[in-house]
Amino acid sequence: MDMVKAKGLTYEYKRMIDTEEGTKEEKFLALKNIDISIKKGEFVAVLGHNGSGKSTFAKHINALVKPTEGTLWIKGLDTKNDEFVWDIRQSAGMVFQNPDNQLVATVVEEDIAFGPENLGLESSEIHNRVNSALDTVRMQEYRKNSPSKLSGGQKQRIAIAGVLAMKPDCIVLDEPTAMLDPLGRKDVIETVMRLNKEEGITIVLITHYMDEAVRADRVFVIDDGDVVMEGVPKEIFCQVDKLKGFGLDVPQVTEVANILNKKGVNIATDILNVDEMVSEICRIKGVEADLSEIKRDIPLDVDKLKKEAESTFDGSSNFDGIQIKNLTHIYNEGTVFEKKALDDINISVKRGEFIGVIGHTGSGKSTLIQHLNAIMTPSSGTIYLDGKDIFADKTKLKEIRQKVGLVFQYPEHQLFEMTIYKDVAFGPTNMKLPEDEIKRRVKSALETVGLSEEYYEKSPFELSGGQKRRVAIAGVLAMEPEVLVLDEPTAGLDPKGRDEILDAVKKMQEKLGITVILVSHSMEDVAKLVSRIIVMHRGKCVMTGTPREVFARVDEVEKMGLAAPQISYVFEKLAKNMNIDVPLDVYTTNEAADVLYRILTGGTKI
Amino acid sequence: MIRDITIGQFYPVDSIIHRLDARVKIIATFIYIISLFIMDSFIAYAFVILALAATIKASKVPLSFMLRGIKSIFIIIIFTAFLNVFTTSEGTVLFNWGIITITSKGVYMAVLMCLRLVLLIVGSSLMTLTTTPIQLTDGIEYILRPLKKIGVPSHEIAMMMTIALRFIPTLLDETDKIMKAQQARGADFDTGNLIQKAKSLVPILVPLFISAFRRADELAMAMEARCYNGAENRTRMNVMRYSKGDYKAYVIIVIYVVLSFVLRYIF
Repeated sequence: MDMVKAKGLTYEYKRMIDTEEGTKEEKFLALKNIDISIKKGEFVAVLGHNGSGKSTFAKHINALVKPTEGTLWIKGLDTKNDEFVWDIRQSAGMVFQNPDNQLVATVVEEDIAFGPENLGLESSEIHNRVNSALDTVRMQEYRKNSPSKLSGGQKQRIAIAGVLAMKPDCIVLDEPTAMLDPLGRKDVIETVMRLNKEEGITIVLITHYMDEAVRADRVFVIDDGDVVMEGVPKEIFCQVDKLKGFGLDVPQVTEVANILNKKGVNIATDILNVDEMVSEICRIKGVEADLSEIKRDIPLDVDKLKKEAESTFDGSSNFDGIQIKNLTHIYNEGTVFEKKALDDINISVKRGEFIGVIGHTGSGKSTLIQHLNAIMTPSSGTIYLDGKDIFADKTKLKEIRQKVGLVFQYPEHQLFEMTIYKDVAFGPTNMKLPEDEIKRRVKSALETVGLSEEYYEKSPFELSGGQKRRVAIAGVLAMEPEVLVLDEPTAGLDPKGRDEILDAVKKMQEKLGITVILVSHSMEDVAKLVSRIIVMHRGKCVMTGTPREVFARVDEVEKMGLAAPQISYVFEKLAKNMNIDVPLDVYTTNEAADVLYRILTGGTKI
Repeated sequence: MIRDITIGQFYPVDSIIHRLDARVKIIATFIYIISLFIMDSFIAYAFVILALAATIKASKVPLSFMLRGIKSIFIIIIFTAFLNVFTTSEGTVLFNWGIITITSKGVYMAVLMCLRLVLLIVGSSLMTLTTTPIQLTDGIEYILRPLKKIGVPSHEIAMMMTIALRFIPTLLDETDKIMKAQQARGADFDTGNLIQKAKSLVPILVPLFISAFRRADELAMAMEARCYNGAENRTRMNVMRYSKGDYKAYVIIVIYVVLSFVLRYIF
């Protein structure tokens, strides 16, 4: 019997749309006549851009939503039958995207107990289940903690444990890693893999991260409510152009293989990971591949790195740009909650530079950028903007905040006005500018982020995720800052939304020539755009240099819980395991394709 | 700023007070609050302060941490004092200027009321500082359970409190973030008259409400997905049981009540 079986599954909902004759109700098909069957113990990935209907499908499996037409069976139970609802929810558990909004209790173990308590189990049985669920997700040491103190990845593992404690046969995960940092993502995906391989639990993973989908047994691509592709990962991912057409990504190595293949190299196009790429290169060159893991046992001397990184600091008094000097920030000084978030930071950023700040969660990067526009005050040290101490005059904070624009994480959450125009005008209005100047600025800001005049009178809440975010960025741009700081501007977006934002940022930097500081934990995003990277680790600035310089030091980057772009690991393996003479500082797909093309077609001996 | 509020926070150390059953602490706090309102002499207050000081000492929560909670209500305390000083007309006149009259009774009342307020805040925050929110809500659910027969929805109240407590830190963080984000766009929350100040709250409240509704929606769905169906057939992982220490605490509470009555009616 199939774990999940859908036949002619259709879901229709009504939404209100604005037309010229006023608001009208419109029927909308989120799922169109879907036939899917998922076997017990299978690991299935469902791909699709935002709004493709993949989340609606997920909610059907848990009987949170019922089909308008067609039927969906979970373990042979029809989800439309109200009698089966509790059985279905117990056997097909669900993990949602936002780690914060699915934990109920204030203590980890109580939260995990929530499901079993609802099932009416005995106290001793609940204890056993909570215990084994905590073991499975490896969170035993956090059982007495408050969920609000955990990282995103840890919260998601608790959410998974909460489902596990109900002893399900199948777990549906709806973009569980979209809001997590690389480390959290890795933990969650490894947990999911373990559940599938060791406990035999059927997994339905909804995602738009391709590196997660490649590990599945089978992949479904949903677009516009329809299943448009289905097959094992190798069959799906070699169709690079088709996937891109659906607004999806492919792994870097697959893309490189595809480019090489198009150039006439006899290379397989269904390469999905670093090892397959390395083996394929070795096969073509006729040498034996050594795929053993690269040992990273170099010790991480943070203080030495800090000294090295800060040797680039320019402390001259007539510096044109930002100078961060001896900046230290301690949270809750003098209590048990005391935490040193920034430890003696020395960085200088020249006017017009495009800087990327990377570091894992808790490295202090968010704290750092909040000092740049004086939203936070340092415990010691200071920041100079064009030679002037920004904290010197408390009455001029507004001026500083206008000069240094700060776009927070998930900036769309701060939109509040009725129309997009008014929301973007909020900043300039606060600056008490004349009406026509406000108008000019709003117009120019919205144009920079690529939103035309037809949007001005729309409500910001009608827009897609990526569009909302662009409106929020325009809101800061309209103040015409000299420096623009963006905190994780692509977090939580699908590949299409992400590309839109990054394009907008890039254009903005080129057009306005302003200093841009981009905070991110996505190496690939940073590598594509910035001219210099600053790496933060445990509240210290530990590395600075061009993307090339930073990613060439893959050992140290990895040690800090960060990852270099996927393709740089291919070159690392070729160089370190097989002593092949390849450059170690390749990080973009096009460059990688060029280098590999030369190696594979040229006479370079391996 | 928002983080200075200590009421509702839990201070994670191990002490006799921390180990007590939540029901004991809730009942004790309740009795303590009542006692504050029936006491009216300084001797009686000296006794209350002594009892409170002993409990704080036993709880191992630093006094400085507790007093920080008072800082956030400082204005209310000052306001109470002024109100009492200027509106009481009984007693001997100490100072007279135009319509302003300060009497000995007024000063006495002001000191008493402020003392009462401070003791109230410190006492009740001691409960939350030493009791995890989950124990607290469980305790309330247990205490209210007998009232279920007369239609008090004890489970729902406890569940609401749990969710509220779970989301307080999240929403505080969110408020902080939204405030900062709007400040970064030049919003000003500190200057201007009352109307301007109220208006400046709109850019905070609208996003906050939208986010709270979104969270409520998602949480409700997540709870449903985990088979939540109200109190029906629901069991608990941790069943509350009294230990020896709790009975000892009850004896101390009884002694406290007796002494309070003695102080109230004899002195």
